[in-house]
This record gives sequence, structure tokens and C-alpha cells, in this order.
Amino acid sequence: MLKKIMLAGSILALSAMPVLADEVIGLITKTETNPFFVKMREGAQAKAAELGITLQTAAGKYDGDNDGQVAAIENLIAAGAKGFAIVPSDSKAIVPTIQKARDAGLKVIVLDTPLDPMNAADATFATDNRKAGQLIGAWANKTLGDKAKDAKIVFLDLATNQPTVDYLRDQGFMQGFGIDVKDPNKYGDEDDPRICTHEISQGDQEKGRTAMENALQKCPDVNVVYTINEPAAAGAWEALKAVGKDDGSVMIVSVDGGCPGVKNVEAGVIGATSQQYPLKMAAMALEAIHSGTLPEIDPAVGFFDTGAQLVTAKPVDGVPSITVEEGLKLCWG
Amino acid sequence: MSDNSAGSTAAERGLKGADETVASFEERDVGLVRRAQAFLHRFPTSIPFIVLLIGIVIFSIAAPGKFLAPFNFSLILQQVTIIAILGVAQTLIILTAGIDLSVGAIMILASVVMGRTAVVYGVPVEIAFPLGLLCGLACGLVNGIIVTMLRLPPFIVTLGTWSIFGALNVWYSRSETIRSQDMQEAAPFLQWTGTVIKPYDFFSRTLGLDWVFLKGWVLTYGSIVMLLVALAVWYILNKTAFGRHVYATGDDPDAARLAGINTNKTLIGVYALAGFICAIAAWVLIGRIGGVSPQAGQTANLDSITAVVIGGTSLFGGRGSIIGTLVGALIVGVFRNGLALSGLELLWQDFAVGVLIIVAVTIDQWIRKLSA
Repeated sequence: MLKKIMLAGSILALSAMPVLADEVIGLITKTETNPFFVKMREGAQAKAAELGITLQTAAGKYDGDNDGQVAAIENLIAAGAKGFAIVPSDSKAIVPTIQKARDAGLKVIVLDTPLDPMNAADATFATDNRKAGQLIGAWANKTLGDKAKDAKIVFLDLATNQPTVDYLRDQGFMQGFGIDVKDPNKYGDEDDPRICTHEISQGDQEKGRTAMENALQKCPDVNVVYTINEPAAAGAWEALKAVGKDDGSVMIVSVDGGCPGVKNVEAGVIGATSQQYPLKMAAMALEAIHSGTLPEIDPAVGFFDTGAQLVTAKPVDGVPSITVEEGLKLCWG
Repeated sequence: MSDNSAGSTAAERGLKGADETVASFEERDVGLVRRAQAFLHRFPTSIPFIVLLIGIVIFSIAAPGKFLAPFNFSLILQQVTIIAILGVAQTLIILTAGIDLSVGAIMILASVVMGRTAVVYGVPVEIAFPLGLLCGLACGLVNGIIVTMLRLPPFIVTLGTWSIFGALNVWYSRSETIRSQDMQEAAPFLQWTGTVIKPYDFFSRTLGLDWVFLKGWVLTYGSIVMLLVALAVWYILNKTAFGRHVYATGDDPDAARLAGINTNKTLIGVYALAGFICAIAAWVLIGRIGGVSPQAGQTANLDSITAVVIGGTSLFGGRGSIIGTLVGALIVGVFRNGLALSGLELLWQDFAVGVLIIVAVTIDQWIRKLSA
């Protein structure tokens, strides 16, 4: 019996050999299901086919699943990968494992969410989420014009523990809108009377609707809604529609630039959204690992900014933006 | 016989002088508690009602003016509808001493099948909708068959199928959202459950009644679907042989089998029916968010179990009710909405729901002591 198992094991090992002979590059995302990561994986797969390398993908079971990502990195080390790109679920806890991989000679490029400290990876390709927030904040302010000083703003944030992306976008919006943010790395400590409430949407459409319903109970005269992402924005819209506030009296802004989101900009549901580029991130990372040369990174920023562009049908002076048509060409998900 | 009685008299004589009232209840000291326990044992559904009332009183004080309004109660009702329907499905399973971790996954898969088939693949909604219902039924059937045929614990089976249905969802949906506007164009029927009705307007228009107490209430067809589902399952559980078999199987499967009940058939029926109800929840979900979001409902399975437990249904099977589950879902909704309106952070909402669960199970255990 034991012999049989060992035989089976060696056959398995042998059949895995050809893969080992190829160049293996990994891609580890936060989850398997989020369209942002699904598209990132598709971008990586296309690039891998073009470069003739083997792409090994893995993901955590849920957003925040550090253990799952640790296991994925260990598997890549064991597979003799040349390197990998990772979207860290926990930007602090994953650092020792990434160090282990780099010690083993793997190139590590972090995508989307920088590590803490950022230089624990070979390079970071990410969206500047604070800038993404500033773009929609400035757009909302300019669009309201004189009315901006009496705005009533509802924030639909991501989670109570304020992950990096959550406070960067929220505080970026405030900075762009002209609100004194106090501590720029934390929301909830401001005293600007225009802020009506912060609610938690978990970036989910159904919970986004519930959060907006509760916010409307507190702030019936809301006229600006900041949302952490486009599903939350779509949920907020349903809540506004139910009380007849879909008449243009409330402006929704968001971040992401997924195709459903950009179409919602076209339909007038979302006023403006900051678009980010996951396919580009993944494709660039694969190319950098494959060629061994990293793009030039501005040491003042610390990471390579893959860019964020404002998508809106109503551009305003002083805030650069692209049209809905351009946004649809670049959108993902 | 005589030996026995003589022996017991001798023993009693030995006890002479000891407290002879050991076996009787101390009416004066614990009478009230005992009576409460007996009352709750007879009417276990009254506990959730009491908790619901306490919640309403607390938040009327904590969030004055905002909480205690017909419109806010309408909102709570809309916010709990989906969990309440899943809770009805979950109640069926838990009554058989099982548990279904896959209800949320079945709901999302069914919503994706309905929505994507109709909107993306352009299949008429007359086919896409039944297909979605069938998908839910099939998922439930798979759960039931594995539980009975392979004799595996429902926890393990549905832990597995949760994962499987989740993977199928990603595969079929490609994680792509369907927007409300596209849904409206291609399959408005699927959004019907989200249609708003104002009972006051309805009655004044159709019957010319001026029922002032209905002013401010806003319902959706989804809430009515929820009530119909609950009514149907209540009828099945209380008025049909199948329903009695469900209770019997949950209470004591061996005794039920000896009494001639085909427990396997009962269980498969329960899981299939639960799957079907999850698909109805999918329809209500589409109405609520307008479109289809493959990302939604991540916590729906645990939320449904929470509603069932707080509603007084015993996790050990055989005891519980549909009305309790509806009230349980309402309690969670009232606490979440009330705490939010009082300005508390989400983490304290989670904290409160956790306390409610533990209190509910403690009370359940305490009542069970009387029956033991």
C-alpha cells in the first residue's frame, strides 16, 4: 500500500516537472470573486500567454485572509517561481513571508495596496487612492459652485477598521472638496458641519442601499454622496430612487471605473468616478518580473502610480477628466 | 408488594425529622420565575415578541423623532425581508436538527441564473425566472441527497456546497454586475419585488377608505412575497402530515422512523423546499438592489441562522416556529437600524447582535430544563 502511494506520488511529481521547467510567475489576489481581481487575473493571463510563461494564480478566501496568502507564497517558493505579484490582504502581517520569498530569490511586486513598510517589496504598482479621492472631491466642489459651502455630505465608507484604501479615498475626497481633514490618515475626527454622517457599506450593493437608507433618516437634506466604490454607489442610488431623490437633487461620486460604474456615469446615476487600471497593473508586473527590469519609480512617491482618471459626462474647469466614451474603452469588470 | 411497601416505610422512618418538603416547589420564592419559565415553555414565541418590544422602546428613547415613525419601520421591514425569507428556509432545516450554511450561496447563484440568463443571454424572462427557481430547488436537492444518502452531518455537507455553489456563481457570472438600468430594459419582471406600494394610497384609491394609521407606511411587493412564503411554510408545517413529520424527525429521528415516518424522504423534501425558498429570496434581492451583484449576500447564511436562533427555534431540532423567525429577523433589523440612528458605529451593532444570540440560546436552554 505504502509503495503504491509513493509510486503515485512520484508520478504526480513527474507530471508536475514540465511546469517546473517553464518560467513560473505568480499572481496572488485578495479574493477570487471581486471583479477588480477577476479582471486583474485576466490581464495577467493574456500577458502570460504573450510572454510564453506559466501563470500560477491564487487568492485568499475572503478580503483580509492573510493565512491563505501566506500558503500561496509558500507554494510559489516551492514551485521555484521566478517571482510574483501580490495584492496584500493585510499589508503588515504578510511582510515576513514576503521577506522569506525575496530571500529565496523571488522578485516580489506589490499591486494596488502598498505594504507597510512599502519598501518591503521590490516594487509597488498602485493607484494613488488619495489622488483618486481628491479628483472626485474637487469635481464635486466645482460642480456645486457657490452651493458647496452649504453642502450636506454623506460618506458611504468601506469598513469600521478603516483599511488603507478606505481612509485614503475618504480623506482624499475631503481634501479635494476643501474640508479640513485633521488627521489625514483617519476619518471621523473632522468637525466640518457639512459632513452629515459616515456609514459603512462594506463595498456591497445591498448593504450600500441599507447604509444610504439609514443615512437618509439622519440627513434628509443630503445633496452629496461619497461612495467607496461603484457597487455601493448603485445601492445608494436605489435608496435615493425609493424616496424620489433620483431627480438630480443628490450628486453621487465614486471610485473604481468598472464598466457597470462607467455606464452609471453615462446614465447620470453617478456624477463622476475615478477610474483605476487593474489590468495594466498586472500586465506591467508580469513584464517587470519576466524581464528583471523595474520601471523608474519616483522616490518621493515610493510607488509606481498606474494612474487614476476622472470619468464624467460633465467636465469642470481645473479638474482634468476623460469622457464616458473614453472611460468605457478603458473600463474593467 | 408488601415487602416493598414495608421497605419504603422503613426508609421513610429513617428520614424522620429531615425536611419533608424537598420534593415540592418553593412557591413563594421562585414561584414567579417558575411560572415565567412554564409560560415561556408553553408559548416560546412570546420571547422574541418581548425582546422586539424592548428594542422598540429603547430606541424610541435613544433616537427620538427618527426611530418611531411609520416610514422608518417600513425601512426596517424592507431591510430584513431577504434575511427573513432565508430565515424561513433555515427554520425548516434547523427544525430537523440540521443547519444550512449554503442558503446565501444558493440565493446568489439563483439570482445570477435568473438575471444573467435574461439580461446577458437574452433568454425571455418567462424561461429565465423558472430556471432560477429550478436552480435553487436543485441546489437544495443536492444538499438533501448528500445529507441522507451519504449520512454526513448537514454542517459538513453545506460547508462543502457553500463553496461549490459559490464557485459556480463566479463561473456563471464571471463576477460581472448587472446594472439596474439594463435589468429594467431586459427583464423588468425580476425587479417587480422592489416595487413600492403605499398602503394608505392603495386603500383610499380602491375602497375610498381614510385609514390615517396607514399614512407614511411604504411597503414593497418583496415584503408581501415574504409574508406569503412564511404563510405557506407555516401551513405546511402545521396543517400537513409532511409538516408533522418534519417536527418529529427533528425531535427524535429514531422514534420518528419507528413510528413509520420515512425520515430520509422528509429530509430531502426539507432541503429541496429550503433551496426553492432561497431562489425566491433571490428574486426579492434583485428587486431590492435593482440588478444582480455576484458579490452580495456574503454574510446572508449566518444572518439567517441568527434570525432563526433569536426567533426562538432550537438548534437541537423539533421546536420552533416560522413566526418566531420573522420576529427574530425584525429584532436584528430593529437593533441595527436603531443603533445606527442613535449614531453608534457598526461594530456596536455587531456587538449587540452577538449578545442577542447568546441571550436567545441561554433562554432556550433554560426553557428546555422544564421539559427534561
